[in-house]
Amino acid sequence: MGIVVKKPGVATTVQDRGRVGYMGSGFSPSGVMDRRAFLIANTLVENDLDACVLEYALVGPTVRFTMPTFIALTGGDFAPKLDGKEIPLYTAIPVKRGSVLSMGSSRCGVYGYLAIAGGSLNVKPIMGSRSTNLKCELGGWKGRTLEAGDYIPFQTKGVEFMSNLGSHRIPNDPIYPPPGHEVTLRVVPGPQYDMFSIEGKHTFFNDRFTTTVKCDRMGYRLDGPQIQTVHGSDIISDGIAFGAVQVPAHGRPIIMLADRQTTGGYAKIGTIVSVDIPKLVQSRPGTSIRFAPVTVHEAQTSYRDEATYLHNLAKSVRRPCADGISPRRTARRLMPILEQQAKESQHESLWINSSEKERA
Amino acid sequence: MAHYTITIAGDSALNLSFAESISPETSTAIRMAADNLSDDPIHGVTELVPTFCSLMVCYNPLIISYDELVKALSTKLHDIGSIDLSVRHIVHIPVCYGGEYGPDLQTVADHAHMSAQEAIAIHSQHDYLIDMLGFLPGFAYLGGLDERLATPRLATPRTRIETGSVGIGGTQTGIYPLPSPGGWQIIGRTPLRPYDPNRKNPILYQAGEYIRFEPISPDEYSAIETQIAANSYQYHFSVEED
Repeated sequence: MGIVVKKPGVATTVQDRGRVGYMGSGFSPSGVMDRRAFLIANTLVENDLDACVLEYALVGPTVRFTMPTFIALTGGDFAPKLDGKEIPLYTAIPVKRGSVLSMGSSRCGVYGYLAIAGGSLNVKPIMGSRSTNLKCELGGWKGRTLEAGDYIPFQTKGVEFMSNLGSHRIPNDPIYPPPGHEVTLRVVPGPQYDMFSIEGKHTFFNDRFTTTVKCDRMGYRLDGPQIQTVHGSDIISDGIAFGAVQVPAHGRPIIMLADRQTTGGYAKIGTIVSVDIPKLVQSRPGTSIRFAPVTVHEAQTSYRDEATYLHNLAKSVRRPCADGISPRRTARRLMPILEQQAKESQHESLWINSSEKERA
Repeated sequence: MAHYTITIAGDSALNLSFAESISPETSTAIRMAADNLSDDPIHGVTELVPTFCSLMVCYNPLIISYDELVKALSTKLHDIGSIDLSVRHIVHIPVCYGGEYGPDLQTVADHAHMSAQEAIAIHSQHDYLIDMLGFLPGFAYLGGLDERLATPRLATPRTRIETGSVGIGGTQTGIYPLPSPGGWQIIGRTPLRPYDPNRKNPILYQAGEYIRFEPISPDEYSAIETQIAANSYQYHFSVEED
């Protein structure tokens, strides 16, 4: 039981937290671009937080479900519809057997996530991860982006007991600036900060840059003023961390992301704070970007604060009635309606109409 | 123990820098530090990325903070021994230099004020120690490029470099195991596949071994390419002692 891909969308892949522990042999970690949206998607359907999801960009996929489950969509808004009816993001949504989830092009944001309850897509982990490494044709679904006609099984364990998942939702995540707004990314200077001239450092932290169309899972190329170095930007190749801001000889920053090469020979002026990376990756081409310096200690405090926030979010989401509706009050309000219906249908054998009966 | 300094690579990684320039001693010190940290790991460390002059250590800041990690590293790394470097494992790599396989050979030769033939002779005359694998699966960074051949990287990286391309980037030389964007000067190409997920050892070589480039003609290139496609090519490995 699983999903049948009707339209694959663009760059739709299976991703999880990433393939950790193989950078030393040259394997990109892969994994989701927007870790926060990924974690929230899994939280909403009560999956293990490491469960894999579908990630898509530009245009979302259209898929048919071959068995009932719950799903949650987070990240970019791809105008999702379930059986033709628009559905909200950041909400656990029940899908029926045969339901079709269709998505269009992105209205807001760049990367979208689809999590499926019950432990998600049933693909085999390779080297400890289900993430797709497109360059090596490794992991995920056959090491590639999804194609029309693909059938991907998902786990269905315990989904039938999850009816209360329907109440799981949160307001759209406030961390993403509205489209057209400037994005400020915090940066920890280093490891080659000292290779940049005083003017270069000033340019980096005071001028405005813009995201370009050359942005993908490997890295985001920004346009803007040239960031000057003292003696050129060639270094003896060293390791590249997630979010490293590499500045090649042309002087414009490239931010290295999930599918980055593991090592490289251009100076890195700084590294984007982990919790700010979602804001970058969801910025469409032409977004204004500014950089602000912070210390590693401040960055790690933000990291822990976000973990606490997500932990509390998971707790609040899992309360049976996230909207504050008391079951008792709901029952009291339903009672007169049901009694009225019962009175009207006294002469019928069952007051549930036939079409509903079929569905049930 | 070799001295190192720490540079910060964001909230989840740091670099231990052992030296400013490439040398077999530095390479050894880094390999030993990496071995030490993988045999007896520090809780919270997720990745070790050994490179020419530094070792990148990635970690989970929810488990161990920057300050705690710095302390743990200094305790662990204050005493490490040495490795015997006299036995050399050599991986033989046939390379077709110049022409369509090495579009930048002339650039490198011009930069060194010599003919293309001389540049080929110098590039293939001695063995290269594999200092590290990185950038791509199986991308071998090789130490010991003749200084005369050192050529700056392209100002604007190429968007696609073919599998097996042999390049020079600054003072380094190496082989591209997969098609990839890259900024190195491409001087030749090997018909071998350094990375093949369907082979028993997906990566042909490992850090610490040596690579010997053997110049071949375009005809030989095609012949080997055919053998590899037919799975009948015999890879050539040898062991030498000083």
